Amino acid sequence: MTDVETTDAKSPGYRPRDWSQHPPYLSPEYKSTVLRSPRKALIPMKGSLSELTGPVFGHESLDALDADLTRNGRVNGEPLGERIIVTGRVLDEDGRPVPNTLLEVWQANSVGRYVHKWDQHDAPLDPNFFGAGRCATDENGRYRFLSVKPGAYPWRNHHNAWRPAHIHFSLFGPSFVTRLVTQMYFPGDPLLPLDPIYNGVPEGARERLVSRFSIDVTEPEWALGYEFDIVLRGRLETPMEG
Amino acid sequence: MLKQTPSQTVGPYFAYALTPQPYGRVGLGSGTMVDPDTRGERIRIEGRVFDGTGAPVVDAVIELWQANAAGRYRHPADTRDQLELDPHFTGFGRTGTDGQGLYWFDTVKPGALGDGQAPHVNVTVLARGMLSHAFTRLYFHDEAGANAEDALLQSVPADRRATLVARRAETAGGVAYRFDIHLQGDDETVFFDA
Repeated sequence: MTDVETTDAKSPGYRPRDWSQHPPYLSPEYKSTVLRSPRKALIPMKGSLSELTGPVFGHESLDALDADLTRNGRVNGEPLGERIIVTGRVLDEDGRPVPNTLLEVWQANSVGRYVHKWDQHDAPLDPNFFGAGRCATDENGRYRFLSVKPGAYPWRNHHNAWRPAHIHFSLFGPSFVTRLVTQMYFPGDPLLPLDPIYNGVPEGARERLVSRFSIDVTEPEWALGYEFDIVLRGRLETPMEG
Repeated sequence: MLKQTPSQTVGPYFAYALTPQPYGRVGLGSGTMVDPDTRGERIRIEGRVFDGTGAPVVDAVIELWQANAAGRYRHPADTRDQLELDPHFTGFGRTGTDGQGLYWFDTVKPGALGDGQAPHVNVTVLARGMLSHAFTRLYFHDEAGANAEDALLQSVPADRRATLVARRAETAGGVAYRFDIHLQGDDETVFFDA
């Protein structure tokens, strides 16, 4: 074992996951959680260099068309559907921007069909839409990507179960423990109050998964704009103990 | 203070985005974390993911984050410049489980951090049916001495500690460490409130 002093004792760690905001593992209305939810108490962890560090992905991980889902799957034309611009800021709990951090996004096409090989929903694939992309935040924590509005799709969780239209987001943030995978929804979707995945999030928190329509982000003769801000875990104020 | 954005499940249909190699696209990470010039002892980490009935979880995503063979993380918060970074190792891996619930990573054995912790690999588990992801750690069975001194590992109830310790096996392909993940049940893997 190398005998070196680590610097983690001098660096503030990250605030814990706020379980008043996140869904519990077991949420029986969402049936897949019943056998896949850890049931034993989570073991508390003080945090160390392992939790202060994490994979670093930013602009250098991007290709030119990654942030344009209306173009990155084209074969012989434009994807069908209502073009949308999705933008927002990635912030920490103290409101500080999280700059140069990568977002991975994926979604169904405009009629609710995923490119994924297992998706057998009887709705057409769009040969010009792949449905996955990436973008990174600027120095103010702002991200932006283009897509088409995803459709709702049936998912057999219960009789007549339909997922509200949504876009999946995956972020790492500055450390291994700031990881967040979530879903963004659209305002006014009548399926939201019926959706066990959305409803798995505590009331008062789930509403923040719904994007806002913005006429300012909307571009004339081109695409509708939606804003969706994302808040990752912030830093503790005082350094961790050793 | 702002409130954390709630987590949601990764769902069943993530592969073309998160592990897209079969779709002809390049992912952020894969099961192959090394190239021929990576420094350190080559190991394979492999295991299966099971649900509460012992059925394989065929649509989980496993992510690894680890120090290099010298015990250094490739991250700005690891300022121990006296320990070399390896240009051939990022420390990040990501893969999905297959039809048997099996996952594998080809990597190197991480060095100790030198802060009293035993060598370990940080693990994130995501899946359909998990509304929030789970954090765990992989420790190495052949590091018994270091494991006995690891404060976090020792804070885990003794009868559950073994769920965090991967067993070493010499296989035809080289050294493999077996790390099964049980999301639930009598053998439920220890997950951390990290």
